[in-house]
Amino acid sequence: MDLASILLGGLASGMVLFVVSVGLSVTMGLMGFVNLAHGGFAMLGGYVLVLAMRHWGLPFFAALALAFVAVVALAVLLEKTLYARLYRATELDQVLFTIGLVFVMIAAITLAIGPETQVVVLPAWLRGQTDLGFLSYRTYSLALIAFGTALVLALWLGFERTRIGAQIRAAVDNRRMAESLGVDVGRLFTLTFALGSGLAAVGGGLGAEILGLDPQYPLRYLAYFLIVVALGGLGRVSGVFFAALAIGVLDFVLKFSFPQGGTMFIYALTLAFLLARPQGLFGKRA
Amino acid sequence: MSLSAAAQEYATRHRLRAWEALPWAAGLAVFLLFPNHLAFGTQVLITILFALSLDLVLGYAGIVTLGHAAFFGAGAYTVGMLAAHGGWSEPLSGLAAAALVAGVLGLASGWIVLRTHGLTLLMLTLCTMVLLEQAANMGAAWTGGFDGMPGLEFRPLLGRFEFDVLYFRTQYLYALAVLLAGFLLVRVLVHSSFGRSLTGIRENSLRMHAIGAPVRARQVLAYAISAALAGVAGGLFTQANGFVNLAVLGLDRAAGVLIILILGGYGRLYGAFVGALVYLLLEHTLSKAYPTAWQLGLGLTLVLVALYARNGILGLAAGLRRRRGAR
Repeated sequence: MDLASILLGGLASGMVLFVVSVGLSVTMGLMGFVNLAHGGFAMLGGYVLVLAMRHWGLPFFAALALAFVAVVALAVLLEKTLYARLYRATELDQVLFTIGLVFVMIAAITLAIGPETQVVVLPAWLRGQTDLGFLSYRTYSLALIAFGTALVLALWLGFERTRIGAQIRAAVDNRRMAESLGVDVGRLFTLTFALGSGLAAVGGGLGAEILGLDPQYPLRYLAYFLIVVALGGLGRVSGVFFAALAIGVLDFVLKFSFPQGGTMFIYALTLAFLLARPQGLFGKRA
Repeated sequence: MSLSAAAQEYATRHRLRAWEALPWAAGLAVFLLFPNHLAFGTQVLITILFALSLDLVLGYAGIVTLGHAAFFGAGAYTVGMLAAHGGWSEPLSGLAAAALVAGVLGLASGWIVLRTHGLTLLMLTLCTMVLLEQAANMGAAWTGGFDGMPGLEFRPLLGRFEFDVLYFRTQYLYALAVLLAGFLLVRVLVHSSFGRSLTGIRENSLRMHAIGAPVRARQVLAYAISAALAGVAGGLFTQANGFVNLAVLGLDRAAGVLIILILGGYGRLYGAFVGALVYLLLEHTLSKAYPTAWQLGLGLTLVLVALYARNGILGLAAGLRRRRGAR
């Protein structure tokens, strides 16, 4: 495998990490809510995608849209009924609540669907290889990279150029000041929580081909999502983007060159990096 | 409660009360009454010690960690590797080695990760544990890798009492004695001025800084002591069961002990006892027959505890007592 292929593979999984983690970063930055159940929403998205395609014969992208809508609806429901009661609670209560939620999701999926790994059937035009001129590479990975790039541009525009984006940035920087200026942070949070969970669902669906999809998904990748968010800096879209790409590429390279426990280096590097910069790549200093 | 009664309670709460002999009497009674269930009893005792070590950092020092199993695992692997490779199978010195290794690890990692707080701290504790887990998985020549080290044998306790592979008689009393020692240590610690300053840091670290308490040094020290105790629990686990594998280091164990402590009630010493007993009894009876339903129930319980019963079973009991007293 040459360098370009490794880089492309790493970029593709980095894009998946970005799509899943970006919502987590923004909600944590807004409310300081420790949401360990975020990966659970990604898993649910993947399952909606797979089941809608299998049982209702929906095409890939229609099923992906359905996954987004379904998870957004569930997220709003959970946010209004349960999450909202814990905004002012201690970190410990939030950790317990969200771990409990992860367990409930895992058990519910195992009971309803079964513990086996699910296979995503890609549409024909996304399968196989594409010739880029200098090398030919898996079409799906290239599509993921294109999609991730488009998404980060859209999010960047949304954050930098819209009123709501400005409000979110203000609330992440200084929540009390933003509230004093009349920004309804509670409503912003519901909005970003719903959108973030929906994006996680899309990431879960798109990434099922790379990360796999089974009931243990939210726990298996919990550390990865948290690493990406912490490295990127809370509430920083561009930070999450670069952190996700870095982790994706690093993970790919390390797994390729040291199949035996290459991931160890990622954890070690993360530890070392966060010691030097506890606020992450682009975070503000606490 | 009137002011003087509150002051009275504050001034005398470190004293031993008569009912505090109960758990130990119950522990001995189990030994005499249920000789066929001592293997399970031993696991309960080890888990209590592990949960107690977590109570010191979480309940008293207020450090939320997702990676406490790192120290349990370090102790377990220390004892296992010493027995398998070094031929060092004397139990008590093995436990001392486990405490030392886990304590040093706790000191080093605590010194590093306790600079951060909030999400970053949570994540770094998780990272530390996963790092150790990967190391144990990779160093197969030393640790047995994925399969761990089965069939470890240990020399008789104090040179006289053989470990009892079938009925766990020796292991049970051994674990009970070690738990008693660990409990006394924690009890003395939390009622000492050191323990009081930990509680102060938990409640308001800014104020503790302001009155000149060495906040970070206290936290790191508490973390290291707790790690050493968790290491002893891990060492006991290896000695009692005669094996060690990757399960001692996983997120499952770290989350499990957190749940046990919260279920029982944190920051109250006896929460670890109640939580471990209730959790393991339920797990023992339910999880083998209905593993998925068990996980579902566990998740729902956690959600309910976080929403409604933040102080666990003992907190609920104390609330009931207070309500009855007020009437």
